Amino acid sequence: MQQAGKFSSLLQIFVFALSFFVYQPFAKASEEENFNVGEMIMHHIKDAHEWHIAGPEHGGTSIYLPIILHDNGFKVFSSKYFYHGKEIEVPGKDSVTYTYMEGVGPAKGYALYHEEIYKLDKIGTSNGHAVYNLEFHGEHPHNASPTDLSITKNVASLLFGSLLILLIMFAVARFYRKNGAVAPKGLAKFLEPIIVMVRDDIAKANIDKHKYHKYVPYLLTIFFFIWINNMLGLIPIIPGGANLTGNITITLFLAFCTLLVTVFSGNKNYWGHIFWMPGIPVPMKIFMIPIELIGILTKPFALMIRLFANITAGHIIVLALISIIFINKNIAWAGLSVPMALFISVLEILVAFLQGFLFAMLSALFIGAAVEEAHH
Amino acid sequence: MDLILPDFGLLVWTGITFSLLLFLLAKFAWKPILNAVNTREQNITDALELAEKTKAEMQALKAENDQILKAARAERDQILKEAKEAANHMVEEAKGKAKDEAAKIVESARQNINSEKAAAMAEIKNHVASLSLEIAEKVVRHELGSDDKQKALATQLAGEIKMN
Repeated sequence: MQQAGKFSSLLQIFVFALSFFVYQPFAKASEEENFNVGEMIMHHIKDAHEWHIAGPEHGGTSIYLPIILHDNGFKVFSSKYFYHGKEIEVPGKDSVTYTYMEGVGPAKGYALYHEEIYKLDKIGTSNGHAVYNLEFHGEHPHNASPTDLSITKNVASLLFGSLLILLIMFAVARFYRKNGAVAPKGLAKFLEPIIVMVRDDIAKANIDKHKYHKYVPYLLTIFFFIWINNMLGLIPIIPGGANLTGNITITLFLAFCTLLVTVFSGNKNYWGHIFWMPGIPVPMKIFMIPIELIGILTKPFALMIRLFANITAGHIIVLALISIIFINKNIAWAGLSVPMALFISVLEILVAFLQGFLFAMLSALFIGAAVEEAHH
Repeated sequence: MDLILPDFGLLVWTGITFSLLLFLLAKFAWKPILNAVNTREQNITDALELAEKTKAEMQALKAENDQILKAARAERDQILKEAKEAANHMVEEAKGKAKDEAAKIVESARQNINSEKAAAMAEIKNHVASLSLEIAEKVVRHELGSDDKQKALATQLAGEIKMN
């Protein structure tokens, strides 16, 4: 009975929390009549220069993150100079209008269109003020972009997640440093089985037992980085909710790290199998070289796509299910959409762990293959 | 489309952050944690091994102790038996000796008594003889103190002599 009460209060918290990020489309729907689910979802899963908290997209509560541009020297200013800048509509072909935000104040000379920053060309002066323009060729602006090193929503989430991992792991390390090799307590008690799992079931199980020690720190870091950031992504409100591990840049980087570790760990046996596959006729050996070389890349490529697709898909499903209410414009649909979204969210908690585990597991498998000694 | 295109800025930040995270975690978190876990695992393995070894040792020791105890018990029984025998023997010997001694003492006492008795008898005999003589002397002296009496006696004696 008490457990049921606990569960229902958890559910309430969850629905309440969800209401934060559904508030925006809700307000938008009432304003603009037709609520575009696809746009809302894409807006959420992509990166942004602000961290939207509540309220309508324009004029709601947001944290304006710093913009850092490299364009003849570094320029640093708040993104509110874009979001609170001039809204300019450009008529395109087939009666579509493109809306972009022209920067004001320190952001003058730049424009923000679909979270991408463009340089504006000066096209003349009007009443003594310079007039700028963003030229569209089809859907995309023609203008050049400055190097954008902004602390975007994903960068902020990345920094927060990394700091969280550091704090957690340092606390665990402090416990061992203080108490020595004793039975763990508290946080260490919770995390030790997971750390040991990564060491034993991921590293030791896949990599030669004399060589696996070297790779345990990398595998641990990659596992906890993915797992904790996946979990943060499931929290609907700040500092969670960013689609960090569902961002192709992050997964690309992580997969690239595994590629580097694999390539630099590769021993004679590994490269021998790639460039001169033993046990097959010479023409086949030559034929196998490009296939094996592509194989080096397809393995981390699969890692990259798997994590990206799984996490992004999870975010999309939860948002789509919640959107049922706003498509039908009837609160009664919450009776269907909230339990379904809850179910998927719980499933996503499992996926969050599983994807971290899989990424580390497959990385260990690739490294294991690269350091394996010949045994024929 | 830009959903599946990497973003340069984010890539730079990810590179910096992840590298830093990997370095800091490896140096200040994974190393002490894994060291502690490994040390503890080693300690547990050692302790288990030691326990197993100690158990075997204990068993051997116990068997040895049992052996010793058994031997000791046997020895004790042997000693007790011997002691009892020795004691019995001693008692017997002492008894025999005492008997002999007693017999000897009794014998010597008897001899003593006999010799003493003989001496006493001799002395008494002597004494009686001298007393008798003295008495006889006195009686004779008395009887023959006067002539009458000498006559009377001689008469009596003569009367007693029967002339047959």
